[in-house]
Amino acid sequence: MKILVPIKRVADPANANKVKVDDDATKVTSEGLEWVMNPFDEWSLEAALRLTENAAEKARVGEIVVVSITPGEGDTDHIREALGKGAERGIVVPAGTDEQLDASVVAKILAAVVKKEEPDVVLMGKQAADGDSAVAGTKLAELLEWPVVNYATNIATSDEGKTFEVKRELDIGVQTLKVEGPVVFTSSDRILRPDSIKNGVTPDDFEYADLGDLNSRLSNLKNIMAARKKPIDTMTLDDLGVELGVGTEYVKFTLPQGRSGSAEFVETVDELVQKLQTEAKVL
Amino acid sequence: MTDVLVVAELVEGEARKTTLSAVNLAKTIAEGTGGAFDILAIGAGAAGAAEALTKYGARKVLTAEIEGDYICEKYAPTVAEVADDYEVVAACASTYGKDLMGRVAAKLEAGVASDISGVEVDGDDILYTRPMYAGNVFGTLKVTTETQVVTVRQSEFDPAAEAGGASPVESVDVEEDDVAEKVESLGIEVVKSERPDLTEADVVVSGGRSLKSAENFENVLEPLVDALGAAMGASRAAVDAGYVPNELQVGQTGKVVAPKLYVAVGISGAIQHLAGMKGSKTIVAINKDKEAPIAQVADYFLVADLFDAVPEMTDAVKKAKG
Repeated sequence: MKILVPIKRVADPANANKVKVDDDATKVTSEGLEWVMNPFDEWSLEAALRLTENAAEKARVGEIVVVSITPGEGDTDHIREALGKGAERGIVVPAGTDEQLDASVVAKILAAVVKKEEPDVVLMGKQAADGDSAVAGTKLAELLEWPVVNYATNIATSDEGKTFEVKRELDIGVQTLKVEGPVVFTSSDRILRPDSIKNGVTPDDFEYADLGDLNSRLSNLKNIMAARKKPIDTMTLDDLGVELGVGTEYVKFTLPQGRSGSAEFVETVDELVQKLQTEAKVL
Repeated sequence: MTDVLVVAELVEGEARKTTLSAVNLAKTIAEGTGGAFDILAIGAGAAGAAEALTKYGARKVLTAEIEGDYICEKYAPTVAEVADDYEVVAACASTYGKDLMGRVAAKLEAGVASDISGVEVDGDDILYTRPMYAGNVFGTLKVTTETQVVTVRQSEFDPAAEAGGASPVESVDVEEDDVAEKVESLGIEVVKSERPDLTEADVVVSGGRSLKSAENFENVLEPLVDALGAAMGASRAAVDAGYVPNELQVGQTGKVVAPKLYVAVGISGAIQHLAGMKGSKTIVAINKDKEAPIAQVADYFLVADLFDAVPEMTDAVKKAKG
């Protein structure tokens, strides 16, 4: 099975409250924040690794290509990191600026990459932790005329990705779907539960360790060394035959008005309940 | 004059209240531009669901009957075909709305204003505002394509009020795509609760991993939830740990709530959780650790062991409410 995993580079989401807006309010600046792999994509990378390995024998049985559309010259640190975790190859698409890369353009670029690479599956985050739009994956599927399963929590195949049984989280409950590949999946928070992925190769009773607060497996020294030799190809917009041109235009950015920022500490339940009744008047 | 199409969200043959948040947006745009809005009820039982949707001032209510569970590939062709006659197509930014409208937008080659928290009609322009970076930045944008696709954040758009009168109902033809044949729904486990819906409740009580087990959610937290007549929520950590089902998750990747009172029990307050609840009017934190980041948004912070404080508060609330 060949899986394409799009990964976005985002300003460290754990410090999202430190992003600023520039003086004329037309740009978000994240100076001082580290660039990291979008955590939603990182879960998808881990899920893709689980789909393309025999975990019991620690053997790779498929191929993962990570692709990143990166503004400017095309930073590749996050691609190298993904290779260190086990992906086979990387592709960088240097393109424009963050403002020029809305979901419409991203979906078009990814569709062009899919046509070149012909993967069986695209597995990506349901949203990017910076833009929070949650649009690109679904748009990509429509451009490819593939099915999409958003918010997947469980992905199982027993025929090397020809068909999948998938569970996904909706606001009203959990839906189970049977889907024929090739297909786009976007992953939910629960995609990394120990039993979330079944690929028909790793024994069904194998259980992955709980990753806790990690978004994917750590890369070990051997893999990091190996990753240095793995190829990262550059594909330009010209190569892909895609022109920039967005469907949305941001006219300004503002920071939210903070809350009072001063919690009133109370010592007893009685004091709390009394304040909720008389001060806040919510009881 | 901007005409708006609202795509209703049906569950078991009835429109969910999410639909009325999108109707609110549609009314604002239609009134601001001198246009009109229509509502499309699509799915199983659409004709029945349409009846209740005729009361909100729509020029007409359209129905498209499609049997079986919701699948975006089954609905998108019809929505896109109908939507082609409108400048704006809107739905609620629920999982349904986001899932469906991305596909519709691609069919219409439309830009998307996703999960908006506000709208303003400014001459010929419609300006949408939306939270980004887990609610730490607000972006104001225009959609520059011929059709604009918009999904609205339910907690920021009150349900539209009934407008009197009754919109006429018309059925539309159902369109189909080959891609729909590749997907089959084996079922949706719809979760039912006696409690108010999380996104609609006036009071929300959420629990974190500190509750330590599903049993403690039931035995310690739920009595307080019920004493307050509240909806129950949870942090991602508590959902991941399997203490409660995923529908209860509040945060950047869960539901966004803005009740009058939000009580965070044993929740430290990661940025991703704050993104889902910091629009609440009054926020109470109950936590042992007074340094926990939830203090940044809390109005009242009870420094206490939740296993002592929550049962005590349950009694106090019952007493206060008589």
